[in-house]
Amino acid sequence: MKTVIIQYNAGNIQSVLFALERIGVEAIVSDDEEQIQHADKVIFPGVGEASTAMQYLKHRKLDQLILQLKQPVLGICLGMQLMCKFSEENNTQCLGIFDEQVAKFNPGEEQLKIPQIGWNNIYDLQSGLFKGISNNAYCYFVHGYFAANGMHTIASANYGITYSAALHKDNFYGVQFHPEKSATVGEQILKNFIDL
Amino acid sequence: MLTKRIIPCLDIKEGRTVKGVNFEQIRDAGDPVELATIYAKEGADELVFLDITATNERRKTLSELVNKIAHHINIPFTVGGGISSVEDVQLLLKNGADKISVNTSAFKNPNLIDQLALEFGTQCVVLAIDTKKESDGNWYVYLNGGRVKTNILCIEWAKEAVSRGAGEILLTSMNNDGTKQGFALDITHQLSTQLGVPVIASGGAGTMQDFADVFENAKADAALAASIFHFKEIAVPDLKQFLANKGIPIRI
Repeated sequence: MKTVIIQYNAGNIQSVLFALERIGVEAIVSDDEEQIQHADKVIFPGVGEASTAMQYLKHRKLDQLILQLKQPVLGICLGMQLMCKFSEENNTQCLGIFDEQVAKFNPGEEQLKIPQIGWNNIYDLQSGLFKGISNNAYCYFVHGYFAANGMHTIASANYGITYSAALHKDNFYGVQFHPEKSATVGEQILKNFIDL
Repeated sequence: MLTKRIIPCLDIKEGRTVKGVNFEQIRDAGDPVELATIYAKEGADELVFLDITATNERRKTLSELVNKIAHHINIPFTVGGGISSVEDVQLLLKNGADKISVNTSAFKNPNLIDQLALEFGTQCVVLAIDTKKESDGNWYVYLNGGRVKTNILCIEWAKEAVSRGAGEILLTSMNNDGTKQGFALDITHQLSTQLGVPVIASGGAGTMQDFADVFENAKADAALAASIFHFKEIAVPDLKQFLANKGIPIRI
């Protein structure tokens, strides 16, 4: 079993690596085409800004590489948003794997703070990715933009609006929350992904 | 629903956990990694590590300690103390910190906040403010671990910092810190309701009701405490159950 975490100009890559170590999964961090293509599992992490990240991916031709992957791929946070069609964050055309659009949270009447930072519950869990996870389990989120609910939604969360906590299409999975920082719930989700 | 966060704070000096009472006396309370692991298992929502002597002694937080912590705990954590440059932050994030907090260095060089937000994103920039209510009834910013007074109002500095890219405010009331008489509800309420970013209330926690008050009355997004957790006066699971029973959104 070979797990590769895609290296690019986004934060929290180290945290994902440490989390995998804790569940006994060896992984490498790489932006090498060969390494990524031959991995059994690919993780596409990310904390940062959409347009800068997309530019970097294009520059390194990682965008085309990701689209061609056939093994299970897990996008985390910004990684998931970049797998969507379009992000309002600096009007960025993204990878287009998921049809869902990424929009900015609206403070609304509740005067919500943006970004959302903290633990929120995930529900309507509809994937093997959530095997053993109870409905309304808490996960750790840090994000100012969200993917709308759509046909690829496999888990929802609510912050002023109901949105996609996770997406799935073919071999591509995405989670908006940070499984690497979501205590035992997150570790179980990472294990489930590795076991896919 | 987004929950209110309970954050144990580990003050670090020379690799050990300490807690100052009113920032002066210091007592030893154990190994930070061991303590952090216990808190994560008990249901703490986040952890904060502050190198309390760093500002004064110009010492950098030990990145090795951060690396060790990052390997062991599965919840987010913030590191602060003596951070004054983009390079400092890069090193800490590279070693696994999720957020960093800046205090005196950001006050003296506010551009640091802009630089950090641009380089790493607002989500990892926590502005820590030590504040004290003076006899004129206003809350002022204090620097260098509370030893240096400024003439700037806490709310003014907080607003400026947020406009520059601070993603969260860690607010410590010097009047309340170490007293166990409860959090400073007035200034916490002022910041929580006037800022568009989360406010972490700190200083003064003595009872479980103090946490309920700071969430319900002062609208804090998170509450931080140290000694009451370290000396097992309040256990994190009991506190969270208490708050949940009061209908406060809490991760159990």
